[in-house]
Amino acid sequence: MATSTLGAPVADVGHGYTSTGLPNRKVGIWAFIGSECMLFASLISTYLIYKGRSLVGPFPHEAWTDPSTGHVFKPILNIPVTSFSTFVLLMSSLAMVLALAAVENAEVPKKTTGDRILGNSKLWLFMTALLGSTFLSCQAYEFTSFVHEGLTIKTNLFGSSFFTLTGFHGAHVTAGVLWLLTLLAIDFKRGLGPKDALNVDIAALYWHFVDVVWIAIFTLVYLIK
Amino acid sequence: MSDASAHAAATTPAHDEHAEHHPGWSTYWKVALILTVITVFEVWIYYIPSFVATPYFIPVLLTLSAIKFAIVVLFYMHLKYDSKLYRALFVGPFSIAILAIIGLLFLFGKVAIRTSLLQ
Repeated sequence: MATSTLGAPVADVGHGYTSTGLPNRKVGIWAFIGSECMLFASLISTYLIYKGRSLVGPFPHEAWTDPSTGHVFKPILNIPVTSFSTFVLLMSSLAMVLALAAVENAEVPKKTTGDRILGNSKLWLFMTALLGSTFLSCQAYEFTSFVHEGLTIKTNLFGSSFFTLTGFHGAHVTAGVLWLLTLLAIDFKRGLGPKDALNVDIAALYWHFVDVVWIAIFTLVYLIK
Repeated sequence: MSDASAHAAATTPAHDEHAEHHPGWSTYWKVALILTVITVFEVWIYYIPSFVATPYFIPVLLTLSAIKFAIVVLFYMHLKYDSKLYRALFVGPFSIAILAIIGLLFLFGKVAIRTSLLQ
């Protein structure tokens, strides 16, 4: 049997494992996450560069009076709703790690009710997807209320950069929810066990990355005035 | 030993070892609690006008955000426990991304705010 450059035994590099002894799919998801860092860095940079350069309102943190109509636009960002959705997304990450732990320990006997709840991968996958959907619902509510208040992607630089940044993030969350629902369907069909831990781990890494991107967006877009 | 059995022998123990190195449920709950407390604190200081007006507001928010980011990456994404190669695959592009953001902010004049503070 060959050994990897890191000293781990490698049976066959052609069957899902790289020459480093690490699973190629996990190396792949980390490389993908690295590339996603660059994508969101470009979107966040664009938002920050355009911040404060809109010629017309509505503005994120300041009220604005339209000189042609005299209509007063209040600051458009809804911090309480976004704080709630941020909390929801953070809790979805907790549910995701519990789902992964449940899959990894699926064959460990559960003695107490608490063990059975914590070891229920279906429950935690469902909770993660539900919390992700709740986050998306909050975002849909936010986008709808912005459009009703007069801010669209074409209104000003803030609208263009805001909807592009948060829209891309929302699309990532949507993809994550679909991924989680797929795993949940597999879990219901045949059950997920330790042999599936890598698949769940990869989905979890993607989900947590979506979470950490939102941590940055919440601070840079919503809280910093 | 056949290819399939050799592969199983090589990968199954490695995967079990990988699972053993992940933290337990109690760690996950504590991490969630810390993340919640930091988020509540961030929103709380947002509603204190006297603090928002100080030059400490933005650095404090950025620091708290960085702490939350690091906690999720280290404990929930298991970068603290997993192979160093994964760490390199993430930290490398992430560092470039941060430098790109800072560079673009300098390039497009956002740094002017800082120079005016120094005068």
